[in-house]
Amino acid sequence: MATSGKQSSQWTGRSIPRKEDLRLLQGQGQFMADIATRPGTKEAAILRSPHAHARILAIDVSEAVAVKGVVSVVTGQDVLAAGARPLVVAAPVPADYYPIAVEKVRYVGEPVAVVVARTRAIAEDAAAKIKVSYDPLPAVLGIEEALDPGSAVLHDALGHNVAVHRHLRYGDPDGAFKEAAHVVTGRYWYPKVSSTPIETYGVIATWEQGDTVTIWANFQGPFSMHPVMARALGIGQHQLRVIVPPDIGGAFGIKISIYPYMVLMALVAKIAGVPVRWLEDRLEALAASSSGTDRLTDLTAAVSNVGKVIAWRMRLVDNVGAYIRAPEPGSLFRATGNLVSGYQTQNLDVEAIAVMTNKCPTGPNRGYGVSALYFAMERHMDKIAALVGKDPAEIRRINLIPHSMMPYRTPSGGYYDSGDYLATLERALERADYDQLRQQQQEARRQGRLFGIGIAVGVDPSVSNMGYIDIVEPPEDRKPHRSKSGSGQGSHVQVDASGGVTITLSTCAQGQGHETVAAQLAADILGVDPKDIRVIGGMDSSTRNWTIATGAYSSRFAATGAVATFSAVQQIREKLLDIASHVFEADRDDVQWVSGRAEVKGVPARALTLKQLAGIAHWDVASLPPGMEPGLAVQTYFTPPTLGESVDPEDRVNSSGTYGFMADVVAVEVDSKTFAVKIHRYATVHDIGKVLNPAIVEGQIYGAALHGIGAALLEEMVYDDQGQLLTGTFMDYVVPSAPDAPDLIIDHMDYAEGSSLTTPLGAKGVGESSTETAPAALANAVSDALGIDINQLPMTPNRLFHWFLQRESLISQEV
Amino acid sequence: MEPISVVTVDMIINGRPQQYEVEARQSLADFLRDQVGILGTHIGCEHGVCGACTVLMDGVPVRSCLSLAVSASGHEIVTIEGVKDLPLGQRLQQEFLEHHALQCGFCTPGILTTMAHFVAHYPKATEEEIRDALSGNLCRCTGYHNIIAAVSAVISSRHDDAKR
Repeated sequence: MATSGKQSSQWTGRSIPRKEDLRLLQGQGQFMADIATRPGTKEAAILRSPHAHARILAIDVSEAVAVKGVVSVVTGQDVLAAGARPLVVAAPVPADYYPIAVEKVRYVGEPVAVVVARTRAIAEDAAAKIKVSYDPLPAVLGIEEALDPGSAVLHDALGHNVAVHRHLRYGDPDGAFKEAAHVVTGRYWYPKVSSTPIETYGVIATWEQGDTVTIWANFQGPFSMHPVMARALGIGQHQLRVIVPPDIGGAFGIKISIYPYMVLMALVAKIAGVPVRWLEDRLEALAASSSGTDRLTDLTAAVSNVGKVIAWRMRLVDNVGAYIRAPEPGSLFRATGNLVSGYQTQNLDVEAIAVMTNKCPTGPNRGYGVSALYFAMERHMDKIAALVGKDPAEIRRINLIPHSMMPYRTPSGGYYDSGDYLATLERALERADYDQLRQQQQEARRQGRLFGIGIAVGVDPSVSNMGYIDIVEPPEDRKPHRSKSGSGQGSHVQVDASGGVTITLSTCAQGQGHETVAAQLAADILGVDPKDIRVIGGMDSSTRNWTIATGAYSSRFAATGAVATFSAVQQIREKLLDIASHVFEADRDDVQWVSGRAEVKGVPARALTLKQLAGIAHWDVASLPPGMEPGLAVQTYFTPPTLGESVDPEDRVNSSGTYGFMADVVAVEVDSKTFAVKIHRYATVHDIGKVLNPAIVEGQIYGAALHGIGAALLEEMVYDDQGQLLTGTFMDYVVPSAPDAPDLIIDHMDYAEGSSLTTPLGAKGVGESSTETAPAALANAVSDALGIDINQLPMTPNRLFHWFLQRESLISQEV
Repeated sequence: MEPISVVTVDMIINGRPQQYEVEARQSLADFLRDQVGILGTHIGCEHGVCGACTVLMDGVPVRSCLSLAVSASGHEIVTIEGVKDLPLGQRLQQEFLEHHALQCGFCTPGILTTMAHFVAHYPKATEEEIRDALSGNLCRCTGYHNIIAAVSAVISSRHDDAKR
């Protein structure tokens, strides 16, 4: 690959104002609901299940069909009759998943019928007239309940509720446990949370010539779902055109799981014979879009007498809801390469289980599978510290991988190319003024105040390896020639006859500023102003270059799409220089690119501008070097070179393209009357390689941290024992608002040019970052404040009050 | 089914007098988007919590998802498309741009309308008061920090103006 990190950086690395903001600040963004529809497009409303688990006995649509303005009413049986096939799932279990209920409903909110009408209001009116008779079945909600063979079964063909059960072993965990001076156990519960992008799902589906369909959707990728959708529709991939609008109103992983609705609306449009638009409302989104899993973790650490963890035994149980919808069970395995986080442990025993229950199906959510893992591990590190009598900072110093061991191969296959974890921790302690905080804590305690300090560190994986999910099957069951690997992302750059530069991305940005960063990179290479570069966002699967890894998820742009763009613009410049050298009849090595033009070295008067050279490429083939193609466009792909392999026979996989590192130090005070948690100080230091745009990176960290803080203090999808969702509105599912948001002290470790071995630009992902550490840091701080062992989130005042009372009563019993 | 009643509404939208026939049950947000055809007002929750749909009615922020179009008849409406014509509108937009106070931009129209009213009426607001005023607008991207910084900058620039 011809890219190199060495580049004059007039623009890259600076916080320039974003290109995107000019339209967004004027209300001129183009979100899904703003896309113009074809004349004749009708609106869809979905009738959803009021039961968590029931057999559908009959659906009477006669009254609904009779409503004036209704075009069609579609049920699960209609969809089957239209030839729909189940959506492929990653887990090899007979648990068919259709985008609409067939025979049975398995969660409250599951689609049961779709009404297509002239307006959404009419469609909703008509949906209320559909009569469905249900035979309710017992609901299974909890993880332990789902594991109980005596519980009701969701998928009859499976006969139980366990979708995945794998046992992974690395190194010699049994030997390590025999040697251990201490064995520390703990059980942790991570809540089902959803990042709830403020823009809900939206889909428009329209068929052309009967056999090709175009679907507009605010889908964030990965386009590995494209073949899944095509297969469910019974068409070839070339017959399925997916268009993503230039603006997506937040996604955070949630907008991966829109794809069943894309299939559903395509089927409905086909049956109804009209283009169909569906805009999800918030109640639908909360009940039936997606969330992360609730996770039960049993953790046992084998610890040496100095506090070093020599082995981990983990039992991870994810509740994936009613169906194991792809890319689940990614939540269990997304962190395979970084199961040991930043610690030196080489022995691992992992039991990974996914269960199905009568809750909304899950999927990727910011910090996918990692927030829950680090919540357990980082709480556990504090327990270990207490046991061996060390400070929480010291226990981490003892266990972190030293810089001298980089690059580092984890026992489960992760390849940490670079990073100084100890220095990052020290910087965070320094920025938080840790020693001063401890003094402040002593003073506060003397005054009877509940003041606590928490630390959490973590390796931040980005750019998922398309192959990691192969681990769901044991090695002997993996099919030859069917393995997956890599994480390819495309880019396309064109220069028109007037020298205008247009970059066409396929990255489906959702606010990360891809247009701005792409323009910054290109501006440096071509010597032009980013303002003069046009960048087209969104995606179109029929006209843009892409791979199944395409999209914006797992914090991948800086290490993939940005690199592909960088490489494409470099190739454009090479071609411009080739043309110039031919025109000047100069040796190619004597022509260089300076300030936006090609000039002969030492003879600045002999120069051609970008505009002149572009003119030649388009207008004057005769002036081009012999054999050179006319025009000026380049398309590229990039995949991190370290993602070249799938899961090996020992279940090792380098599951991510880059691994950053972060250390969070937080101080809290818990109100002794209300038990509200107030964040007193929050410092977070990141080692993410090169920073392409500091303001964008800082914005990502702020957003990521607040998602983690939300999970720590506020957010949880709560169901009652009948499976009714109790947090079905934004009044009940409480997400952080401005008064909940702390100021952060953010810092970065310096980047030594060229030190990243995995990406030419040296930039690692940062989009999830503190979402993965904030829950643990806060739980450690609140545990410290209250003198209790917190093993469950969110830490609502009500819960804290009860846990604190339990502690007080235990103390009084001991007395 | 009951016939749906249709009502004539008159209102000034972003400075221009408008007359439309609307269903009595239609929300102001749907009316602005679907009938008037201005798409900057975003619908995020339709139950009055997220604030994305906030517009100004006679200068006061209202949830257009919880207001009926008929209730706006006879009033003056300003949406995000009209914020630039408000006294501090362009300054707010400029500070948002410079402070990276938006990411996906979906909640931004409601935040700008809300804050346009706030900075005009609370020229001495503290950071805590800004946070409080923002508490009715949910943003899932920014962590709010830069929004507060942008609004603070507008307020402090007003102080600077006053000193001159």
